[in-house]
Amino acid sequence: MAREVTRQQKSVNTVIGWGLGLLMFFPIIWIAVLAFKSEGDAIRAPFEVLFSSWTFESFGAVQERSDYFKHFTNSVIISLGSTLVGLVIAIPAAWSMAFVPAKHTKNVLMWMLSTKMLPPVGVLIPIYLIFRDTGLLDTQIGLVIVLTLINLPIIIWMLYTYFREIPGEILEAARMDGAGLREEVLFVLVPMAIPGMASTVLLNIILAWNEAFWTLNLTAANAAPLTAFIASYSSPEGLFYAKLSAASIMAIAPILIMGWFSQKQLVRGLTFGAVK
Amino acid sequence: MGRITLNKVQKAFGDTEVIPPLDLSIEDGEFVVFVGPSGCGKSTLLRLIAGLEDVTTGQIQIDGADTTAMPPAKRGLAMVFQSYALYPHMSVRKNIAFPLRMAKLDKAEQDRRVEAAANVLNLTDYLDRRPGQLSGGQRQRVAIGRAIVREPAAFLFDEPLSNLDAALRVGMRLEISELHERLKTTMIYVTHDQVEAMTMADKIVVLRAGNIEQVGSPLELYRAPRNLFVAGFIGSPKMNFLEGEEAGKHGAHTIGVRPEHIEPSPTTGPWQGTVGVSEHLGSDTFFHVHMDGRSDPITVRAGGEIDMHYGDKIFLTPDDTRIHKFDTAGLRID
Repeated sequence: MAREVTRQQKSVNTVIGWGLGLLMFFPIIWIAVLAFKSEGDAIRAPFEVLFSSWTFESFGAVQERSDYFKHFTNSVIISLGSTLVGLVIAIPAAWSMAFVPAKHTKNVLMWMLSTKMLPPVGVLIPIYLIFRDTGLLDTQIGLVIVLTLINLPIIIWMLYTYFREIPGEILEAARMDGAGLREEVLFVLVPMAIPGMASTVLLNIILAWNEAFWTLNLTAANAAPLTAFIASYSSPEGLFYAKLSAASIMAIAPILIMGWFSQKQLVRGLTFGAVK
Repeated sequence: MGRITLNKVQKAFGDTEVIPPLDLSIEDGEFVVFVGPSGCGKSTLLRLIAGLEDVTTGQIQIDGADTTAMPPAKRGLAMVFQSYALYPHMSVRKNIAFPLRMAKLDKAEQDRRVEAAANVLNLTDYLDRRPGQLSGGQRQRVAIGRAIVREPAAFLFDEPLSNLDAALRVGMRLEISELHERLKTTMIYVTHDQVEAMTMADKIVVLRAGNIEQVGSPLELYRAPRNLFVAGFIGSPKMNFLEGEEAGKHGAHTIGVRPEHIEPSPTTGPWQGTVGVSEHLGSDTFFHVHMDGRSDPITVRAGGEIDMHYGDKIFLTPDDTRIHKFDTAGLRID
């Protein structure tokens, strides 16, 4: 009896699980479907769309009309660049907060997080003006700077949590063994924190890759990343569902593939410290 | 060389003074043990010497040079931690070689010294393993290996044996003593275990609440404890203390007599009581004797095979020449 009940519960759970999963994944599936349809078929009723013929023409059209690789390169430079610069700033910051906490370290951490509570649009105009006056508008460097600053609180928070897991005695041992601060961080702290740093890096790349508010507002042609590439198929020229979908698939594919292969790291990163 | 001098060294965390100003000198080649109950400041004192904590006031000299403001890396000391603090991402070989790598020794010399240390510590077969694949005792040896390769001015041990099981602890205790005999390097060893202190030290420093209660060789502390605290702390089982009339007879406020300096007898003796719990260790037997008008039992050591049981009447004769006398302030009267 008991066994049957659990089996029943199991199947209910399975159905609910799959249902929720599909529900969440549906927009992406639908984009993927539309991407392989002709523009004419794409605006038909959903059921008809599914059974219309499949084609690559949207991808061809998108590639012909705009330079995918330029946008892709920009996205790579901006997301990797902001992550690297972020790490260089965040490692010492997290180190000092984790290992030499002062009276107000907790407050500083909260304050950093509080900057994420501000709606970005609130500082759009000052930043836009600063960028205009310093010639940073529509440059890769400008975007690297802005995205570094936007994601820095998250990088510092994550690294701080990972560093706190490393026993202080090991760092003290390194000091006794003759390591200066630089050696202590490079040879002992960083290697021990590699798993945590990997998930921090991955998460930050994803966040930077998908960041649309700043990338759309601060770029025009030169430094525009893939978010701008997708957006260019939106409203101004009317609704081109198939091309928009094709562009979206091309934009999210690299990060999706990267995410897939690094899933294990990522999940560990996001749920780190949840138990214990 | 490894002569360490502490000059009016004081340490406070905020408003709390954990170590009031103290002076201490440690001679080259000495094995010094800091011992005291937990929270007495012995580890803090060691960390001050290591440079892992900054002194609030005072001066620390190593071989005559003022090292008070020097970072730990520059002091030329090596430390073995309670948790071993090995680098988990490095092999045993790399762990041991780490201080040499930091000192920028050439590779051949590094290898030579690592091999030599591994040989001394029976680690040769484990050089390519990670610390996680070793047992507690082996990890402890790696930690010691890491300390000896750089030939430091002095070794600092912070309760290195407290994570090991009892049998291993005795073995490692001997190994460390032997290492000291061989290297003749200054060693400072922190422990809360007075047996470790007694068995290993040339010189014991007894600490309580950051104060040095007494400094001396194990036998000096055993024979002439300066006050009640040292008398009660050194020696196992603990010294028995008596106050009141019995102490008055000796012209003291408190007298202390060790369990091994009391002769038990079934028939005669000045003190009379009943046998309580007895502990048979084979070589010795310890009787806990209840005497009228005393809440704590008196511990007495008897030969291993004396035949007395719970509830039996017992007579005790203290060895008058070995009674320790203390005044009202708890200080020794000679």
